[in-house]
Amino acid sequence: MNWRRLAAMAHKELIQIFRDPRSLLVVVAMPILLMFAYGYGISFDIKHVPICVLDRDASQQSQDLLKHFQASEYFRVVKVANNYRELNAAIDAGRCQLAVVIPWDFSRKLAAGGKVEVQAIVDASDNNTANVSMSYSEAVIRGYSQQVQLEWLQRHGLAGASTASAPIRVDARTWFNENLESSAGIVPGVVVMVMAVVGTFLTSLTIAREWERGTMEQLISTPVTSMEVMLGKLAPYFVIGMLDTTLCAVLGVLWFDVPFRGRWSVFFLSSTLFLIVVLSLGYFFSVVGKSQMAANQMAMLATFLPTFLLSGFIFPIDQMPVPVQVISWVLPARYFMTIIRSVFLKGTSLAQLQTNLLALGVFAALLALLATRAFHKRLD
Amino acid sequence: MTNGDPSVVVRDLVKRFGDFVAVDHISLEAQRGEIFGFLGPNGAGKSTTIRMLCGLLHPTSGHATVAGIDVAREPEKVRQQIGYMSQKFSLYNDLRVIENLRFFGGMYKVSSSALPERIRWALDMAGLTDRESAITGTLATGWKQRLALGCAVLHRPPILFLDEPTSGVDPISRRQFWELIHRMAGEGVTVFVTTHYMDEAEYCNRLVLIYRGQIVASGSPTELKQRAMKGELLLVECEPLGPALETLKSAPGVMDAAVFGDALHLVVPEASEAVHTLNSYLSERGIRVKKIETIRPSLEDVFVSLTTTHAQSAPDRRPQ
Repeated sequence: MNWRRLAAMAHKELIQIFRDPRSLLVVVAMPILLMFAYGYGISFDIKHVPICVLDRDASQQSQDLLKHFQASEYFRVVKVANNYRELNAAIDAGRCQLAVVIPWDFSRKLAAGGKVEVQAIVDASDNNTANVSMSYSEAVIRGYSQQVQLEWLQRHGLAGASTASAPIRVDARTWFNENLESSAGIVPGVVVMVMAVVGTFLTSLTIAREWERGTMEQLISTPVTSMEVMLGKLAPYFVIGMLDTTLCAVLGVLWFDVPFRGRWSVFFLSSTLFLIVVLSLGYFFSVVGKSQMAANQMAMLATFLPTFLLSGFIFPIDQMPVPVQVISWVLPARYFMTIIRSVFLKGTSLAQLQTNLLALGVFAALLALLATRAFHKRLD
Repeated sequence: MTNGDPSVVVRDLVKRFGDFVAVDHISLEAQRGEIFGFLGPNGAGKSTTIRMLCGLLHPTSGHATVAGIDVAREPEKVRQQIGYMSQKFSLYNDLRVIENLRFFGGMYKVSSSALPERIRWALDMAGLTDRESAITGTLATGWKQRLALGCAVLHRPPILFLDEPTSGVDPISRRQFWELIHRMAGEGVTVFVTTHYMDEAEYCNRLVLIYRGQIVASGSPTELKQRAMKGELLLVECEPLGPALETLKSAPGVMDAAVFGDALHLVVPEASEAVHTLNSYLSERGIRVKKIETIRPSLEDVFVSLTTTHAQSAPDRRPQ
């Protein structure tokens, strides 16, 4: 290993990255783009569902119930219909996903102490949103009916009953992501996605580009060793990858308000290991693919899709069918995903993450070895 | 300007690609300061031989030492002793001239104290002194080739391998390039150069003619011309050319006939005698003779003569 050759190699690679608009775009724009696209684009939170109301009773009580809907952050009243026809039209046009109809005898039945039914019509073409908004509306109505019961009891001189009305309550506390916001889970995951994509995409070009442009023949006629070629080429991408990772993490914390509870040392240790994994993999594809196009497609296929689908980024691994879970074991991104989420949200200690770190380290070592073995300074 | 042993010794070198024999038992020896020319048509095995000598291809069999080092066994050690210019321009087009020089200076471990002087020398040699910050891809071919040569000799290698260094270069640049090669040979560098330009072959001290992977002749240009041509050469200008060629091929005393430009070249045992007999021979057959004269053979004549005899005697090496 000669430092002078290594430095010359790294310097040349760096010049080429900064002189190639496409590479520069991937280095600078892609992380930010992915961060915002996923940070905002992927959200499982359902809030401000547009609803339509039809108040056929028009009493003080019916208006009171509708105020409960208005006050909820889950709903937004976009239309007050005067009849069923208007309500149907609003649902058909997709202007609202849920319609609440209060019957004409609502206040009368309430006053009589009887059972009242409120109609909810839901547009279930998006079944996920439909389910969630149904349960939200049930919650709103339940809240209102408790209030009505309480008032009724108080009016009848049974004030003490209020404390006894609900003997058992489930008091759920959500840990680590207290507001159950999906962005808290997504954003650390995007850091993993960005590293996987940027890392393999860029390095998959390095060797293939030399073959394609015919510069490889001159390069291998010099005394440079294949180890120096690899390390010299990967060093700039390692630095860039680290900068991109840090950029994403900082964006996550400052822009998306994701907590960072762990240690930066654990963050950088695991990021280093994962970068070694993706850079080695990209380099390997570059050697094997020989053309930039082929290497690029291999890299995308091997990193983007599996990371997106199988790392637990979006779909929880323990809810996958067992064979798929087994496949995910050989996916380095899976271990890194667990580590990164823990570092951001839980602040788990190094000791508790050691199994995942160990797995990641093993993959890093194996793939680095594979990369060093792949390239030979030969034309045949 | 050299350091180390400048010799190249090749014994029975063979390279097969599948069942195609690209290089078929080639042996040669080159001495210090020699310009050693590899002459032959495209696909004759010139580049394959040079690539094996640079350690870029592994020989199927045979043995080669470059600068006293076994190429097959220690290719990395050989690479520090040689400069190589591949057939296709293969510097980085997206780097500046100076960046290419610095990069290859680094690859060859030219010491940081010596590098500025070597780069100045290379720029001066290539005539690129005021264009060192130009993007390499924007240079004309002649300049690119001289820059490539500059990059290949930054580390003062005792042996230089140039694979068709002047293909696609204009005649003036070609001449300048050969002047550079001569200057380096004068300083003791052994230069291996392949070409299919016959006029360039005249610049070499020693020539090897390769045809279908085999050496068909070797020697200095003058030696080759004298030895290889059995007989003397006649130039015949006549009309019509086609029928004349057909007739002459079977004419008495004509050993070989071939078209060269808009005239014919004939090989005959004795020139002055043949001029008379052929003049009447052609006239009798209705061919109008404009000129018949004795000429000195060019290397092209030698080459055509040698390859045709070789093609007749040797079996085809291509499996078909």
